[in-house]
Amino acid sequence: MSTKISRESFIRSIADLLRKTETELPDDVVNAIRNAEAAEENKVAKFQLRAILKNLEIAKKHRVPMCQDTGIMIFFAEIGSEFHPGFDLEAAIREAVVLATAEIPLRPNAVDPLTRKNSGNNTGVGIPDIHWKIVPGSQLKITAAPKGAGSENMSSLHMFNPTETGSIKNFVLETIVNAGGMPCPPLTIGIGIGGSFDAAARLAKESLLEPLDAPMEGLEREIFESVNALGIGCMGLGGSTTALAVRVKTAHCHTASLPVAVNIQCWANRHASVMFGGDE
Amino acid sequence: MEYHLKTPLKKEDIEKLNAGDIVYISGEILTARDEAHARILEMGEKKEALPFSLEGAVIYHCGPLIQQTENGWKVVSAGPTTSGRMSKMTPPLLKAHNVRAIIGKGGMKGVADALKNGSVYLAYTGGCAALAAELIKEVKAVHWLDLGMPEAVWVLRVEEFGPLIVGIDIKGKDIFAEVREKAQKQLEKQ
Repeated sequence: MSTKISRESFIRSIADLLRKTETELPDDVVNAIRNAEAAEENKVAKFQLRAILKNLEIAKKHRVPMCQDTGIMIFFAEIGSEFHPGFDLEAAIREAVVLATAEIPLRPNAVDPLTRKNSGNNTGVGIPDIHWKIVPGSQLKITAAPKGAGSENMSSLHMFNPTETGSIKNFVLETIVNAGGMPCPPLTIGIGIGGSFDAAARLAKESLLEPLDAPMEGLEREIFESVNALGIGCMGLGGSTTALAVRVKTAHCHTASLPVAVNIQCWANRHASVMFGGDE
Repeated sequence: MEYHLKTPLKKEDIEKLNAGDIVYISGEILTARDEAHARILEMGEKKEALPFSLEGAVIYHCGPLIQQTENGWKVVSAGPTTSGRMSKMTPPLLKAHNVRAIIGKGGMKGVADALKNGSVYLAYTGGCAALAAELIKEVKAVHWLDLGMPEAVWVLRVEEFGPLIVGIDIKGKDIFAEVREKAQKQLEKQ
């Protein structure tokens, strides 16, 4: 049995998903920026937050990318064990990226890491970066989350000793102070604690997809308040809004280990999802 | 204070600007990022003439997304890139050329001295690429396309380009450095 979906319509849907992701932000992110603008008392920061909101309006209206760094293409896919498309999904996603790059258009950002030669179409070895998770059911959910270099470059990972849980907050704050205005605050800060070296980084990245309007608990709130007390503000020019939210995800880890990853996201927390298959 | 300036910029134009002021620029600006900076310096060392003038110029740290259409170049989106990457190359560039303003985001470390008495650093809100594209009225020329679209030098005609915030003024007052220092102090308190 195969799920009724044509390869062509799948590619079309993924290319459309990329356009949506690049040209408009999810409502919860826009609302968080609006709330920051309303609460901000620093004049310079307020001016910039208004520019961001105006920029978002223009991008959505003209369906053009909100940022010229259209990122590298990252997908999170949850595939139902009963979902059988009958074609190579990865190859189709790749084709959709090439199509979207020409069509939207997107800036070709994918280069060979050593020769720095640009592939010209946002694909290459390991790009698009697709994270697969098998889940029960007959649906496929694909989330696109293109990530720009400004914020990604300021992200950090550290392997702590197991007794150093008390140092996690300071590590995050140091990362944010060191980053200053470079990753385009106001930020969403994704923190992955535990797992392994690579799992911590993935957890940190996944946590950037969490809704910004959900309440922050415990360590999230503690770090959030400390980050905003730093006064780095919008674009590092001062103010009370350095972070829009802090999200923490944890996983069990080796008893001798404590990996901690901080994935920084600029204000343009771009992500959107599309569903395939199932009953609807 | 809010200022509306026209390029090429004269020293008098930027002398009145104080850190924290808002500026809008009209006229020509040139994009340049890592590779273009490296080439400008390399050509300077070899005493070769640049294909564009940097006299009174405004350099924009930007790797734009530009589309070639039947009617010529069309700017799709053109927000600022992280200026920090150009921190080391900027002092020698400013020594060789009378660049009056640098537009970028995130600030630069160790350039306030090089800017002093000659240039200002103007911060444009990072990521505001669609807004920027609306304010870019024309692509006047492009140089060094062999470096690739983002790294080439694009000569752009802009109208009321901004809001730009004076991040480092001609007297060397650097808001980014001040914010960084305060944040460091706050970090040590926690």
